[in-house]
Amino acid sequence: MERADPRSRRDAYGSRINRAHSPLLAYAVPWATILFASLLPLFPIASAAPIVPPVGLMTLLAWRLVRPGLLPVWAGFPLGMFSDLFSGQPFGSGIMLWSLAMIVIEAIETRFPWRSFVQDWLIAVGIVACSIVAAASLSGASLGPPLFAALVPQVLLSLMLYPIIARMVSTLDRFRLLRVRILG
Amino acid sequence: MAPPSSRRSSYSRRAQYGVFTGYVIAGVGALIGAILLALSLWRPASFNGPRTVAQDAVAPAAEASAEVRAESQNLIEAIRGYLRAGSQNAELKQEVELARIRLAEAEAIKRENARLKALLGLEQQENTRPVAVARLIGSSSASARRFAYLGAGSADGVRVGMPVRSPRGVVGRVLEVGRHSSRVLLLTDSQSVLPVRLTDSNVVAYAEGRGDSMLRIRLINLGINPLEKGDIFVTSGAGGYYRPGTAVAIVAEKTEDGALARIISDPAATDYVAIEEIWQPQAIRAAETPVEQSVADADDT
Repeated sequence: MERADPRSRRDAYGSRINRAHSPLLAYAVPWATILFASLLPLFPIASAAPIVPPVGLMTLLAWRLVRPGLLPVWAGFPLGMFSDLFSGQPFGSGIMLWSLAMIVIEAIETRFPWRSFVQDWLIAVGIVACSIVAAASLSGASLGPPLFAALVPQVLLSLMLYPIIARMVSTLDRFRLLRVRILG
Repeated sequence: MAPPSSRRSSYSRRAQYGVFTGYVIAGVGALIGAILLALSLWRPASFNGPRTVAQDAVAPAAEASAEVRAESQNLIEAIRGYLRAGSQNAELKQEVELARIRLAEAEAIKRENARLKALLGLEQQENTRPVAVARLIGSSSASARRFAYLGAGSADGVRVGMPVRSPRGVVGRVLEVGRHSSRVLLLTDSQSVLPVRLTDSNVVAYAEGRGDSMLRIRLINLGINPLEKGDIFVTSGAGGYYRPGTAVAIVAEKTEDGALARIISDPAATDYVAIEEIWQPQAIRAAETPVEQSVADADDT
């Protein structure tokens, strides 16, 4: 019999014959990308002012908002600890702020279960802006108007960067659920 | 579809407990974070161990990316150079003429200086060789604190407190040392204070970081503010960490009690840096010794 539709045995993640999602990929990709993203601000530039957005936190938020329930509520604790090792913040600030961010999203989600992308964007930027200001206040730096003025470009950059990160995360999500060949 | 987390977790006790435990762990995590944060603000050196190990682990990758960064900067510079070649050539010719005259003057002054020093018996045997030369491999560019990371550590002889300089001027001071990497407190960090003086007069001041890539110059002798836009500050050597006469900052704007200054050696434009010996280690030891104890005792221990 001729096949009516050559795509009938495929779905968005590849052929369904003899192929299945890999548990390793499905669970490791989000964690690995967040860990990698929290290393990123270290590399590109040795700048005299803080300008690079907290990419690690934003990736965490994007995964949490794109795929609710994939990361446990307590994921902020280990991931924040890793980011503290590299961020230059005093140890513990990442643990606290990332945990709080996860709890806050959970609270928002029970209040507003139905959201569009724009609302997700606002939530993410709100959390990132709060955490940038909180992190600066708790960083042990001497606080003053110039320091907070220097944070504005960073917040604006985060605002612009979130949709890009969300796009990358949804692409990674497709990769995460890719069907791979089963042996045997 | 409503997200799975906002759907009821079924009538299964087990599932309900699972959700509840998740919340408890997250809350406890945040609390532990707050405690650790308070601890590390109280004693900033508490978690140096894990941090330096982690730094050492990513140092090779950071080294590679620093190389790429420097290469791409060079490429852009080269293209820009071609575009401006003509006008720049004329300017440079003029500058070389002036520089030649100044060089001759400086030569004369140097000779006179040496003669006067010899007269006073002030000739010092100073070891000006740097401890190590390394790349700035990265910085905490997402944090409000300004730290940079170096590709050299205790294995290369780097110790805490050593000044770090680039060919242009002072970059900062070593804060924490790993085996093959170390953390540098940049001048623009708001916790960094550096004693400086004007190049051509005896005006002394403190240069404090503001956290936004500018330095605040605070004059020690208040009175008529003698600073002007374009004045250059160099290290004064007070405090004993930095060798005197290294360029630090250039005045960008005059304020009431001093000035706002731009750093001369911007870490973003810096590739290789030199880590130097602490200029006067004895002075620093003396400053750290309690008043009741004599410095000679401290030297023995």
